[in-house]
Amino acid sequence: MATTALASERRRSGLAAKQRKKALRTLAFMSPWLIGFAVFFAYPLISTVYFSFMHYDGFKPPTWSGTKNWTYVFEHYPYFWPALRNTLWLVVITVTLRVLFGLGIGLLITKIKTGTGVFRTLFYLPYLAPPVAATMAFAFLLNPGTGPVNSLLEKIGIPAPGWFNDPNWSKPALTLLFLWGVGDLMVIFMAALLDVPKEQYEAAELDGASAWQRFRFVTVPNISPIIMFAVVTGVIAAMQCYTQPLVAGKVASGVIQGAGTMFEPGYPEKSTLTLPQLVYNLGFQRFDYGSACVVALVLFALSMAFTAFLMRRRGGLIQAGD
Amino acid sequence: MTQVLDRPVELKTPASPAERTARRKALLEWIAIHSLGIAAALFFTLPFVFVFLTSLMSDDQALSRDLIPHTWEWANYRKVFDTPGFLTWWKNTLIYAGAGTVLVVLSSIPVAYALAKFRFRGRNLSLMLVISTMMLPPQVVVIPMYLFWAKQLDLSGTLWPLIIPLAFGDAFSIFLLRQFLMTIPNEYLDAAKVDGCGDLRTLLKVVLPMAKPGIAAVALFQFFNAWNDYFGPQIYASENPAAWTLSYGLESFKGAHHTDWNLTMAATVLVMAPVIVVFFFAQKAFVEGVTLTGVKG
Repeated sequence: MATTALASERRRSGLAAKQRKKALRTLAFMSPWLIGFAVFFAYPLISTVYFSFMHYDGFKPPTWSGTKNWTYVFEHYPYFWPALRNTLWLVVITVTLRVLFGLGIGLLITKIKTGTGVFRTLFYLPYLAPPVAATMAFAFLLNPGTGPVNSLLEKIGIPAPGWFNDPNWSKPALTLLFLWGVGDLMVIFMAALLDVPKEQYEAAELDGASAWQRFRFVTVPNISPIIMFAVVTGVIAAMQCYTQPLVAGKVASGVIQGAGTMFEPGYPEKSTLTLPQLVYNLGFQRFDYGSACVVALVLFALSMAFTAFLMRRRGGLIQAGD
Repeated sequence: MTQVLDRPVELKTPASPAERTARRKALLEWIAIHSLGIAAALFFTLPFVFVFLTSLMSDDQALSRDLIPHTWEWANYRKVFDTPGFLTWWKNTLIYAGAGTVLVVLSSIPVAYALAKFRFRGRNLSLMLVISTMMLPPQVVVIPMYLFWAKQLDLSGTLWPLIIPLAFGDAFSIFLLRQFLMTIPNEYLDAAKVDGCGDLRTLLKVVLPMAKPGIAAVALFQFFNAWNDYFGPQIYASENPAAWTLSYGLESFKGAHHTDWNLTMAATVLVMAPVIVVFFFAQKAFVEGVTLTGVKG
């Protein structure tokens, strides 16, 4: 009796030791991210919440200011609502167009039988262009004075818009830039389209379905999770859009000059403002860190809401968690 | 005349009328699809072409509405390289992209491996947190981070605030690698264990060789991320031109060469070209990464 008790005791402590070893191993492997998450995300996030209730300009020590920063941003800061309206515009129009265009290009590339590789590469390349360089290129292509696009438009007698210099055309110009870089969507739609079972098309064809009906009742239901994915990630990207509208505005306004120069945010007439630009404007141009944190938290809340939506979907980002 | 056509245009045997209409329909469809393809290809390539052509124009001509250069001024590129700072921006970008890529790969592999193959409490929670942080823009935490690097560590005006965090894993890279490691069958790991390999040895000797395409994709994305980063250098390096990167410097280049679109476009070409060259060498890994995560880098 005594010996078996001893053996099971030893086994249990052996098991506990093994488990402890396993936990340590997991901890060791996870440690880079655990440290990174704590130091570069969790701590600064809490800190952002804290600063959003403080008055702080970076020189004098922070002082408690209650909800002053919040009321300032929502009620008096002249750029907040225009930025949100622009974001809504980008979400509704740019994201829709980009998903439709990406799907169209994806369909086209699956139909092209000759030179597929060349076409695919050409369609994909613009997605790789560094954002600043791509924006610079479009600022040149679309510039109202000497730009090739307006030269061509005038040659065929179409009135040439002011693009990045016209508040009504700056967002369409940005949209054009984002449509040019549609390569990421093309690739995921292409993969999804090639995964649609061939038999379903054959069955539909036997039933006398037209090309449109086959698209509507076979293709779309099969790829709808990917369409959803493209829409949600597109919405998140639109909310977080920073470099392109900022650089376009700065180049079009013509005042850029290296570091620290003041520039009118959202040129022309606030039409290219987005939320992340407000964090920069408040924090690094006006040194109002507290209000910058308020905008940062708005950006955080909006991003998290859509990310949660993305993760809750079945077959979403985390597939086959074994 | 042994021309090989894989298109339905050969008419060798007399075909029935039904067959012939089917063939004609297929040919018309081929023409329609490929015309659309060429139109789309023009939309995607013409911006590159115009930028490149303008980069070769003389100063006077760049102010005109001409589309094609009269004289081919290759010296414009020389002038860009001679611009004070341009070579420094190149060097800084390579340091940021190179060091960042190495650090991200080294620090993300063990984390991704644990998330893909270990069973532990809080694994799903960790994965959700990884994905959440991946979906957040840098602006969310930039104020405290800036205060931390600039006021406490006095590192503003350098690229260290951008490089150091990359030694602690990057959410997107961890996620991409985890997705890739999930596709490696567990039998390989079990076999290694039976052979007496510990976890670290299994990772190094068995998993890593199989994960090369995933690692290549992560390295590429990270390299491009650093190359393209504008916000990071704007926050941390803007006060010190000696620490600027290409993406950040390019904009000031435009400011300094106000109306010289030819020089600005030459600089733009020089910022775009390396990315495109790297892509041609590593196309497969890159496209694999995009389809694996479906998420922009």
